[in-house]
Amino acid sequence: MQNLVSMRQVNKDEILRLIDLAAQIEQGKIKPDLSGKLGALLFFEPSTRTLFSFDTAIKRMGGNSIVMAGAGSTSVKKGESLADTLMTINQYADFIVMRHKVEGAARLATEVVDIPVINAGDGTNQHPTQAMLDLYSIFKTQGTLQNLTIAMIGDLRLGRTVHSLAQALSEFNPTFYFASPGHLQMPRYIKDELRAKNVRFEEVEDIKPIIPKLDVMYVTRIQKERFAVLEDYEKVKDAYIITPDVLTRVKDNFVLMHPLPRVNEITTDVDKERYAYYFQQARNGVFMRQAIISQLLQLV
Amino acid sequence: MTPVKEKLKVDPIKSGTVIDHITAGKALVIADVLNLNPPENLMMIGVNLHSRKMGAKDILKIENRRLTEDEMNSIALISPTATIIAIKDFVVVEKRHPAIPDTISDKLICPNPNCVTNVEQIPTRFEVVDRDPVSVRCHYCEKKYAIQDVQFKF
Ligand SMILES: [Zn+2]
Repeated sequence: MQNLVSMRQVNKDEILRLIDLAAQIEQGKIKPDLSGKLGALLFFEPSTRTLFSFDTAIKRMGGNSIVMAGAGSTSVKKGESLADTLMTINQYADFIVMRHKVEGAARLATEVVDIPVINAGDGTNQHPTQAMLDLYSIFKTQGTLQNLTIAMIGDLRLGRTVHSLAQALSEFNPTFYFASPGHLQMPRYIKDELRAKNVRFEEVEDIKPIIPKLDVMYVTRIQKERFAVLEDYEKVKDAYIITPDVLTRVKDNFVLMHPLPRVNEITTDVDKERYAYYFQQARNGVFMRQAIISQLLQLV
Repeated sequence: MTPVKEKLKVDPIKSGTVIDHITAGKALVIADVLNLNPPENLMMIGVNLHSRKMGAKDILKIENRRLTEDEMNSIALISPTATIIAIKDFVVVEKRHPAIPDTISDKLICPNPNCVTNVEQIPTRFEVVDRDPVSVRCHYCEKKYAIQDVQFKF
Protein backbone atom coordinates (compact mmCIF):
# COMPACT_ATOMS: atom_id res chain seq x y z
CA MET A 1 0.00 0.00 0.00
CA GLN A 2 1.47 3.34 -1.06
CA ASN A 3 -1.53 5.61 -0.55
CA LEU A 4 -4.93 5.31 1.08
CA VAL A 5 -7.45 7.01 -1.16
CA SER A 6 -10.41 4.68 -1.48
CA MET A 7 -11.76 1.58 0.28
CA ARG A 8 -12.21 0.15 -3.21
CA GLN A 9 -8.47 -0.50 -3.22
CA VAL A 10 -8.22 -2.06 0.22
CA ASN A 11 -8.73 -5.81 0.15
CA LYS A 12 -9.83 -8.13 2.93
CA ASP A 13 -6.26 -9.08 3.92
CA GLU A 14 -5.16 -5.46 4.11
CA ILE A 15 -8.18 -4.60 6.27
CA LEU A 16 -7.33 -7.38 8.70
CA ARG A 17 -3.64 -6.46 8.71
CA LEU A 18 -4.42 -2.82 9.57
CA ILE A 19 -6.82 -3.91 12.32
CA ASP A 20 -4.13 -6.15 13.80
CA LEU A 21 -1.59 -3.34 13.62
CA ALA A 22 -3.97 -0.84 15.27
CA ALA A 23 -4.62 -3.37 18.07
CA GLN A 24 -0.90 -3.90 18.66
CA ILE A 25 -0.30 -0.16 18.75
CA GLU A 26 -3.20 0.30 21.20
CA GLN A 27 -1.85 -2.48 23.44
CA GLY A 28 1.64 -0.94 23.36
CA LYS A 29 3.16 -4.03 21.71
CA ILE A 30 4.31 -1.97 18.74
CA LYS A 31 5.57 1.59 19.11
CA PRO A 32 6.04 3.10 15.65
CA ASP A 33 8.69 5.83 15.57
CA LEU A 34 7.66 8.83 13.50
CA SER A 35 10.31 11.14 14.91
CA GLY A 36 11.98 13.33 12.30
CA LYS A 37 8.99 12.95 9.97
CA LEU A 38 6.67 15.75 8.95
CA GLY A 39 3.04 15.25 7.97
CA ALA A 40 1.21 17.93 5.98
CA LEU A 41 -2.41 18.14 7.08
CA LEU A 42 -4.11 19.84 4.15
CA PHE A 43 -7.69 20.54 5.11
CA PHE A 44 -8.99 22.50 2.14
CA GLU A 45 -12.37 21.85 3.68
CA PRO A 46 -12.46 22.35 7.44
CA SER A 47 -13.04 19.39 9.77
CA THR A 48 -11.61 20.01 13.21
CA ARG A 49 -12.53 16.54 14.45
CA THR A 50 -10.70 14.61 11.74
CA LEU A 51 -7.80 17.07 11.80
CA PHE A 52 -7.33 16.61 15.57
CA SER A 53 -7.51 12.85 15.26
CA PHE A 54 -4.73 12.77 12.64
CA ASP A 55 -2.63 15.34 14.49
CA THR A 56 -2.96 13.30 17.69
CA ALA A 57 -1.94 10.14 15.84
CA ILE A 58 1.14 11.88 14.40
CA LYS A 59 2.23 13.40 17.71
CA ARG A 60 1.63 10.18 19.69
CA MET A 61 4.26 8.62 17.44
CA GLY A 62 6.72 11.48 17.92
CA GLY A 63 6.13 13.04 14.51
CA ASN A 64 5.53 16.62 13.51
CA SER A 65 2.87 18.30 11.45
CA ILE A 66 2.21 21.38 9.38
CA VAL A 67 -1.44 22.30 9.14
CA MET A 68 -3.53 24.06 6.58
CA ALA A 69 -7.09 24.46 7.80
CA GLY A 70 -9.55 25.97 5.35
CA ALA A 71 -8.54 27.26 1.94
CA GLY A 72 -8.99 30.91 2.92
CA SER A 73 -5.48 31.68 4.06
CA THR A 74 -3.59 30.10 1.19
CA SER A 75 -2.73 30.48 -2.44
CA VAL A 76 -5.76 28.33 -3.23
CA LYS A 77 -7.74 31.55 -3.02
CA LYS A 78 -5.40 33.21 -5.48
CA GLY A 79 -6.33 30.69 -8.16
CA GLU A 80 -3.30 28.42 -7.90
CA SER A 81 -4.03 24.97 -9.26
CA LEU A 82 -4.40 22.13 -6.79
CA ALA A 83 -1.50 20.37 -8.51
CA ASP A 84 0.82 23.34 -7.90
CA THR A 85 -0.18 23.58 -4.24
CA LEU A 86 0.52 19.86 -3.79
CA MET A 87 3.84 19.95 -5.66
CA THR A 88 5.01 22.69 -3.31
CA ILE A 89 3.98 20.72 -0.23
CA ASN A 90 5.76 17.73 -1.74
CA GLN A 91 9.04 19.66 -1.27
CA TYR A 92 8.43 20.07 2.48
CA ALA A 93 6.65 17.07 3.96
CA ASP A 94 7.05 13.29 4.24
CA PHE A 95 3.36 12.53 3.75
CA ILE A 96 0.09 14.28 3.06
CA VAL A 97 -3.27 13.95 4.79
CA MET A 98 -5.83 15.69 2.66
CA ARG A 99 -9.45 16.69 2.94
CA HIS A 100 -11.16 18.46 0.06
CA LYS A 101 -14.77 19.12 -0.91
CA VAL A 102 -14.08 18.15 -4.53
CA GLU A 103 -14.48 14.46 -5.36
CA GLY A 104 -11.32 12.82 -6.69
CA ALA A 105 -9.00 15.50 -5.27
CA ALA A 106 -7.02 12.94 -3.23
CA ARG A 107 -6.68 10.63 -6.25
CA LEU A 108 -5.28 13.54 -8.23
CA ALA A 109 -2.85 14.23 -5.38
CA THR A 110 -1.39 10.72 -5.65
CA GLU A 111 -0.63 11.38 -9.31
CA VAL A 112 1.10 14.68 -8.62
CA VAL A 113 3.28 13.97 -5.56
CA ASP A 114 5.74 11.18 -4.76
CA ILE A 115 5.06 11.00 -1.02
CA PRO A 116 2.21 8.94 0.52
CA VAL A 117 -1.26 10.50 0.43
CA ILE A 118 -4.05 9.72 2.87
CA ASN A 119 -7.57 10.76 1.87
CA ALA A 120 -9.31 12.35 4.86
CA GLY A 121 -12.52 12.85 2.89
CA ASP A 122 -13.23 13.97 -0.69
CA GLY A 123 -16.73 15.41 -1.05
CA THR A 124 -19.39 12.71 -1.03
CA ASN A 125 -16.93 10.13 -2.35
CA GLN A 126 -14.62 8.42 0.16
CA HIS A 127 -13.41 8.72 3.74
CA PRO A 128 -11.36 5.53 4.08
CA THR A 129 -9.78 6.22 7.49
CA GLN A 130 -13.28 6.61 8.97
CA ALA A 131 -14.29 3.30 7.40
CA MET A 132 -11.14 1.66 8.80
CA LEU A 133 -11.69 2.99 12.33
CA ASP A 134 -15.30 1.80 12.17
CA LEU A 135 -14.11 -1.65 11.11
CA TYR A 136 -11.57 -1.65 13.93
CA SER A 137 -14.30 -0.69 16.42
CA ILE A 138 -16.55 -3.46 15.16
CA PHE A 139 -13.72 -5.97 15.33
CA LYS A 140 -12.74 -4.91 18.85
CA THR A 141 -16.26 -5.26 20.21
CA GLN A 142 -17.30 -8.37 18.30
CA GLY A 143 -13.99 -10.21 18.07
CA THR A 144 -14.58 -10.71 14.34
CA LEU A 145 -15.90 -9.00 11.23
CA GLN A 146 -17.42 -12.23 9.96
CA ASN A 147 -21.18 -13.05 9.88
CA LEU A 148 -22.40 -9.95 11.75
CA THR A 149 -25.87 -8.41 11.71
CA ILE A 150 -25.61 -4.67 11.32
CA ALA A 151 -28.23 -1.93 11.09
CA MET A 152 -27.43 1.41 9.45
CA ILE A 153 -29.75 4.22 10.37
CA GLY A 154 -30.12 7.86 9.31
CA ASP A 155 -28.93 9.56 6.14
CA LEU A 156 -27.81 6.61 4.02
CA ARG A 157 -28.00 8.47 0.71
CA LEU A 158 -25.35 11.14 1.19
CA GLY A 159 -23.40 9.60 4.05
CA ARG A 160 -20.17 8.37 2.44
CA THR A 161 -19.24 6.72 5.76
CA VAL A 162 -22.03 4.17 5.54
CA HIS A 163 -21.29 3.54 1.85
CA SER A 164 -17.63 2.70 2.46
CA LEU A 165 -18.51 0.66 5.53
CA ALA A 166 -21.18 -1.37 3.70
CA GLN A 167 -18.77 -2.00 0.82
CA ALA A 168 -15.93 -3.06 3.12
CA LEU A 169 -18.13 -5.33 5.27
CA SER A 170 -19.63 -6.99 2.23
CA GLU A 171 -16.48 -9.14 2.07
CA PHE A 172 -17.34 -10.64 5.48
CA ASN A 173 -20.77 -12.22 4.94
CA PRO A 174 -22.87 -9.65 6.83
CA THR A 175 -26.63 -9.19 7.18
CA PHE A 176 -27.64 -5.55 6.81
CA TYR A 177 -30.75 -3.63 7.80
CA PHE A 178 -31.10 -0.12 6.39
CA ALA A 179 -33.50 2.43 7.89
CA SER A 180 -33.66 5.97 6.56
CA PRO A 181 -36.33 8.65 6.38
CA GLY A 182 -37.86 10.04 3.19
CA HIS A 183 -35.55 10.23 0.22
CA LEU A 184 -32.39 9.44 2.18
CA GLN A 185 -32.19 5.73 1.29
CA MET A 186 -29.04 3.81 0.45
CA PRO A 187 -28.21 4.67 -3.21
CA ARG A 188 -29.06 2.16 -5.90
CA TYR A 189 -25.42 1.63 -6.95
CA ILE A 190 -24.51 0.47 -3.44
CA LYS A 191 -27.50 -1.89 -3.34
CA ASP A 192 -26.52 -3.20 -6.80
CA GLU A 193 -23.01 -3.89 -5.55
CA LEU A 194 -24.36 -5.71 -2.49
CA ARG A 195 -26.70 -7.82 -4.64
CA ALA A 196 -23.82 -8.68 -6.96
CA LYS A 197 -21.92 -10.02 -3.94
CA ASN A 198 -24.97 -11.90 -2.62
CA VAL A 199 -25.06 -9.83 0.55
CA ARG A 200 -28.31 -10.11 2.54
CA PHE A 201 -29.92 -6.74 3.21
CA GLU A 202 -33.35 -5.41 3.97
CA GLU A 203 -34.70 -1.86 3.99
CA VAL A 204 -36.97 -1.39 6.98
CA GLU A 205 -39.12 1.46 8.22
CA ASP A 206 -39.79 0.27 11.76
CA ILE A 207 -36.58 -0.58 13.61
CA LYS A 208 -38.23 -2.08 16.74
CA PRO A 209 -38.55 -5.66 15.41
CA ILE A 210 -34.90 -5.87 14.27
CA ILE A 211 -33.30 -4.62 17.51
CA PRO A 212 -32.96 -8.07 19.22
CA LYS A 213 -31.12 -9.46 16.16
CA LEU A 214 -28.43 -6.79 15.99
CA ASP A 215 -24.74 -7.04 16.78
CA VAL A 216 -24.09 -3.45 15.72
CA MET A 217 -26.26 -0.39 15.15
CA TYR A 218 -24.56 2.39 13.20
CA VAL A 219 -26.39 5.71 13.39
CA THR A 220 -25.55 8.74 11.23
CA ARG A 221 -26.54 12.35 11.49
CA ILE A 222 -29.03 13.85 9.10
CA GLN A 223 -27.11 16.84 7.82
CA LYS A 224 -29.04 20.08 7.72
CA GLU A 225 -26.68 21.59 5.15
CA ARG A 226 -27.62 18.89 2.62
CA PHE A 227 -31.18 20.20 2.39
CA ALA A 228 -32.11 23.07 0.10
CA VAL A 229 -35.44 23.60 1.84
CA LEU A 230 -35.46 23.85 5.64
CA GLU A 231 -38.97 22.36 5.96
CA ASP A 232 -37.75 19.20 4.23
CA TYR A 233 -35.08 18.85 6.89
CA GLU A 234 -37.56 19.51 9.71
CA LYS A 235 -39.81 16.76 8.33
CA VAL A 236 -37.19 14.01 8.53
CA LYS A 237 -34.75 15.09 11.24
CA ASP A 238 -36.55 13.32 14.07
CA ALA A 239 -37.50 10.17 12.15
CA TYR A 240 -35.14 7.94 14.16
CA ILE A 241 -34.24 9.10 17.65
CA ILE A 242 -32.35 6.46 19.63
CA THR A 243 -33.19 6.44 23.35
CA PRO A 244 -32.57 3.79 26.04
CA ASP A 245 -36.23 2.75 25.59
CA VAL A 246 -35.66 1.89 21.95
CA LEU A 247 -32.79 -0.42 22.94
CA THR A 248 -34.28 -2.46 25.79
CA ARG A 249 -34.06 -5.84 24.08
CA VAL A 250 -30.51 -5.91 22.77
CA LYS A 251 -28.03 -8.78 22.63
CA ASP A 252 -25.15 -8.91 25.15
CA ASN A 253 -22.56 -8.12 22.50
CA PHE A 254 -24.61 -5.28 21.01
CA VAL A 255 -22.87 -1.92 20.39
CA LEU A 256 -24.20 1.43 19.29
CA MET A 257 -21.88 3.35 16.97
CA HIS A 258 -21.95 6.86 15.51
CA PRO A 259 -19.21 8.68 13.53
CA LEU A 260 -19.88 11.92 15.49
CA PRO A 261 -20.76 14.74 15.69
CA ARG A 262 -24.29 13.86 16.74
CA VAL A 263 -27.15 16.31 16.95
CA ASN A 264 -30.15 14.67 18.58
CA GLU A 265 -30.34 11.29 16.86
CA ILE A 266 -28.92 9.60 19.99
CA THR A 267 -30.16 11.14 23.23
CA THR A 268 -27.52 11.89 25.88
CA ASP A 269 -29.11 9.50 28.41
CA VAL A 270 -27.95 6.66 26.14
CA ASP A 271 -24.31 7.62 26.84
CA LYS A 272 -24.18 5.82 30.21
CA GLU A 273 -25.43 2.52 28.73
CA ARG A 274 -22.75 -0.15 28.31
CA TYR A 275 -23.47 -0.48 24.59
CA ALA A 276 -22.84 3.25 23.91
CA TYR A 277 -19.57 3.05 22.00
CA TYR A 278 -19.23 6.30 20.00
CA PHE A 279 -16.62 8.02 22.16
CA GLN A 280 -14.45 4.90 22.30
CA GLN A 281 -14.95 4.72 18.55
CA ALA A 282 -13.37 8.19 18.24
CA ARG A 283 -10.50 7.01 20.46
CA ASN A 284 -10.02 3.96 18.23
CA GLY A 285 -9.65 6.40 15.33
CA VAL A 286 -6.31 7.59 16.66
CA PHE A 287 -4.91 4.02 16.87
CA MET A 288 -6.17 3.19 13.41
CA ARG A 289 -4.69 6.39 11.95
CA GLN A 290 -1.38 5.55 13.64
CA ALA A 291 -1.55 2.13 12.00
CA ILE A 292 -2.30 3.62 8.57
CA ILE A 293 0.49 6.20 8.76
CA SER A 294 2.96 3.55 10.01
CA GLN A 295 2.03 1.20 7.19
CA LEU A 296 2.32 3.83 4.45
CA LEU A 297 5.64 5.16 5.75
CA GLN A 298 6.89 1.60 6.31
CA LEU A 299 7.68 2.25 9.96
CA VAL A 300 6.60 -1.26 10.90
CA MET B 1 -36.79 -3.94 -47.83
CA THR B 2 -34.26 -5.26 -50.35
CA PRO B 3 -30.52 -4.55 -50.32
CA VAL B 4 -30.87 -2.80 -53.66
CA LYS B 5 -33.20 -0.28 -52.17
CA GLU B 6 -30.79 0.40 -49.35
CA LYS B 7 -28.01 1.01 -51.82
CA LEU B 8 -30.14 3.67 -53.43
CA LYS B 9 -30.45 5.42 -50.11
CA VAL B 10 -26.74 5.49 -49.35
CA ASP B 11 -24.35 5.51 -52.31
CA PRO B 12 -21.16 3.45 -52.27
CA ILE B 13 -17.88 5.30 -51.82
CA LYS B 14 -14.68 4.91 -53.84
CA SER B 15 -12.19 4.98 -50.98
CA GLY B 16 -12.56 5.62 -47.28
CA THR B 17 -14.47 4.11 -44.39
CA VAL B 18 -17.94 2.67 -44.00
CA ILE B 19 -19.31 2.28 -40.50
CA ASP B 20 -22.19 -0.16 -40.67
CA HIS B 21 -24.60 -1.67 -38.10
CA ILE B 22 -24.57 1.46 -35.97
CA THR B 23 -27.21 1.46 -33.22
CA ALA B 24 -30.12 3.43 -34.71
CA GLY B 25 -29.83 7.12 -33.89
CA LYS B 26 -26.11 7.07 -33.07
CA ALA B 27 -24.59 7.95 -36.48
CA LEU B 28 -24.63 11.68 -35.80
CA VAL B 29 -22.98 11.16 -32.42
CA ILE B 30 -20.23 9.16 -34.10
CA ALA B 31 -19.80 11.86 -36.77
CA ASP B 32 -19.40 14.39 -33.97
CA VAL B 33 -16.89 12.29 -32.07
CA LEU B 34 -14.83 11.69 -35.23
CA ASN B 35 -14.82 15.44 -35.69
CA LEU B 36 -16.00 15.19 -39.27
CA ASN B 37 -16.27 18.56 -40.96
CA PRO B 38 -18.39 18.58 -44.11
CA PRO B 39 -16.08 20.79 -46.25
CA GLU B 40 -13.15 18.40 -45.74
CA ASN B 41 -14.90 15.07 -45.47
CA LEU B 42 -17.49 14.00 -47.98
CA MET B 43 -19.83 12.05 -45.77
CA MET B 44 -23.08 10.17 -46.18
CA ILE B 45 -25.32 9.34 -43.29
CA GLY B 46 -28.20 6.89 -43.32
CA VAL B 47 -30.42 7.00 -40.27
CA ASN B 48 -33.01 4.39 -39.23
CA LEU B 49 -32.40 2.09 -42.17
CA HIS B 50 -34.05 -1.30 -42.13
CA SER B 51 -31.75 -4.08 -40.96
CA ARG B 52 -32.63 -7.76 -40.90
CA LYS B 53 -30.22 -8.31 -38.01
CA MET B 54 -30.97 -5.24 -35.93
CA GLY B 55 -34.43 -4.04 -36.96
CA ALA B 56 -33.20 -0.51 -37.47
CA LYS B 57 -29.66 0.74 -37.93
CA ASP B 58 -27.63 3.75 -38.97
CA ILE B 59 -24.80 3.78 -41.47
CA LEU B 60 -22.02 6.28 -41.98
CA LYS B 61 -19.75 6.53 -45.04
CA ILE B 62 -16.74 8.81 -45.10
CA GLU B 63 -14.66 9.46 -48.21
CA ASN B 64 -10.87 9.42 -48.00
CA ARG B 65 -10.58 8.81 -44.30
CA ARG B 66 -9.09 5.86 -42.41
CA LEU B 67 -9.84 5.54 -38.70
CA THR B 68 -7.25 5.24 -35.97
CA GLU B 69 -7.37 2.51 -33.35
CA ASP B 70 -8.40 5.16 -30.84
CA GLU B 71 -11.31 6.34 -32.98
CA MET B 72 -12.53 2.77 -33.41
CA ASN B 73 -12.54 2.32 -29.63
CA SER B 74 -14.70 5.42 -29.26
CA ILE B 75 -17.14 4.05 -31.82
CA ALA B 76 -17.38 0.78 -29.87
CA LEU B 77 -18.45 2.74 -26.80
CA ILE B 78 -21.20 4.57 -28.67
CA SER B 79 -22.36 1.55 -30.65
CA PRO B 80 -20.91 -1.84 -29.68
CA THR B 81 -22.56 -3.43 -32.73
CA ALA B 82 -20.73 -1.27 -35.28
CA THR B 83 -18.72 -2.81 -38.10
CA ILE B 84 -15.92 -0.73 -39.56
CA ILE B 85 -15.10 -1.39 -43.20
CA ALA B 86 -12.13 0.08 -45.03
CA ILE B 87 -12.74 0.61 -48.76
CA LYS B 88 -10.20 1.12 -51.54
CA ASP B 89 -11.31 1.55 -55.16
CA PHE B 90 -14.80 0.24 -54.28
CA VAL B 91 -13.29 -2.93 -52.76
CA VAL B 92 -13.47 -3.95 -49.10
CA VAL B 93 -9.88 -4.17 -47.83
CA GLU B 94 -10.57 -4.62 -44.12
CA LYS B 95 -13.53 -5.36 -41.85
CA ARG B 96 -13.34 -4.78 -38.11
CA HIS B 97 -15.56 -5.14 -35.06
CA PRO B 98 -13.99 -2.66 -32.68
CA ALA B 99 -13.59 -3.74 -29.06
CA ILE B 100 -14.73 -1.77 -26.05
CA PRO B 101 -11.53 -0.65 -24.31
CA ASP B 102 -10.82 -1.28 -20.60
CA THR B 103 -9.96 2.33 -19.91
CA ILE B 104 -10.89 5.54 -21.69
CA SER B 105 -8.38 8.36 -21.50
CA ASP B 106 -9.49 11.95 -21.94
CA LYS B 107 -12.38 11.21 -24.29
CA LEU B 108 -15.34 11.60 -21.92
CA ILE B 109 -16.55 14.42 -19.69
CA CYS B 110 -17.45 13.36 -16.14
CA PRO B 111 -21.13 14.21 -15.54
CA ASN B 112 -20.41 14.91 -11.86
CA PRO B 113 -20.03 18.71 -11.53
CA ASN B 114 -18.17 18.22 -8.23
CA CYS B 115 -15.58 15.92 -9.82
CA VAL B 116 -12.00 17.15 -9.74
CA THR B 117 -11.80 16.77 -13.54
CA ASN B 118 -14.44 19.49 -13.85
CA VAL B 119 -12.72 21.79 -11.36
CA GLU B 120 -9.02 21.42 -12.27
CA GLN B 121 -7.47 21.42 -15.74
CA ILE B 122 -6.69 17.69 -15.94
CA PRO B 123 -7.46 14.92 -18.44
CA THR B 124 -10.36 12.60 -17.58
CA ARG B 125 -10.05 8.85 -17.19
CA PHE B 126 -12.75 6.20 -16.99
CA GLU B 127 -12.73 2.48 -16.40
CA VAL B 128 -15.28 0.33 -18.21
CA VAL B 129 -17.15 -1.63 -15.51
CA ASP B 130 -19.96 -3.24 -17.54
CA ARG B 131 -19.94 -4.12 -21.21
CA ASP B 132 -23.55 -4.94 -22.04
CA PRO B 133 -24.92 -2.32 -21.63
CA VAL B 134 -21.75 -0.26 -21.28
CA SER B 135 -21.20 1.61 -18.03
CA VAL B 136 -18.09 3.43 -16.89
CA ARG B 137 -16.61 4.58 -13.60
CA CYS B 138 -14.70 7.83 -13.21
CA HIS B 139 -11.14 7.12 -12.05
CA TYR B 140 -11.28 10.27 -9.87
CA CYS B 141 -14.72 10.74 -8.30
CA GLU B 142 -15.51 6.97 -8.57
CA LYS B 143 -19.08 7.64 -9.73
CA LYS B 144 -20.52 5.10 -12.15
CA TYR B 145 -22.51 6.13 -15.24
CA ALA B 146 -24.31 4.47 -18.12
CA ILE B 147 -22.41 5.42 -21.28
CA GLN B 148 -25.42 7.21 -22.77
CA ASP B 149 -25.39 9.62 -19.82
CA VAL B 150 -21.79 10.64 -20.51
CA GLN B 151 -20.81 13.29 -23.04
CA PHE B 152 -17.82 12.93 -25.32
CA LYS B 153 -15.15 15.63 -25.59
CA PHE B 154 -15.08 17.08 -29.09
ZN1 LIG C 1 -15.58 12.11 -12.03
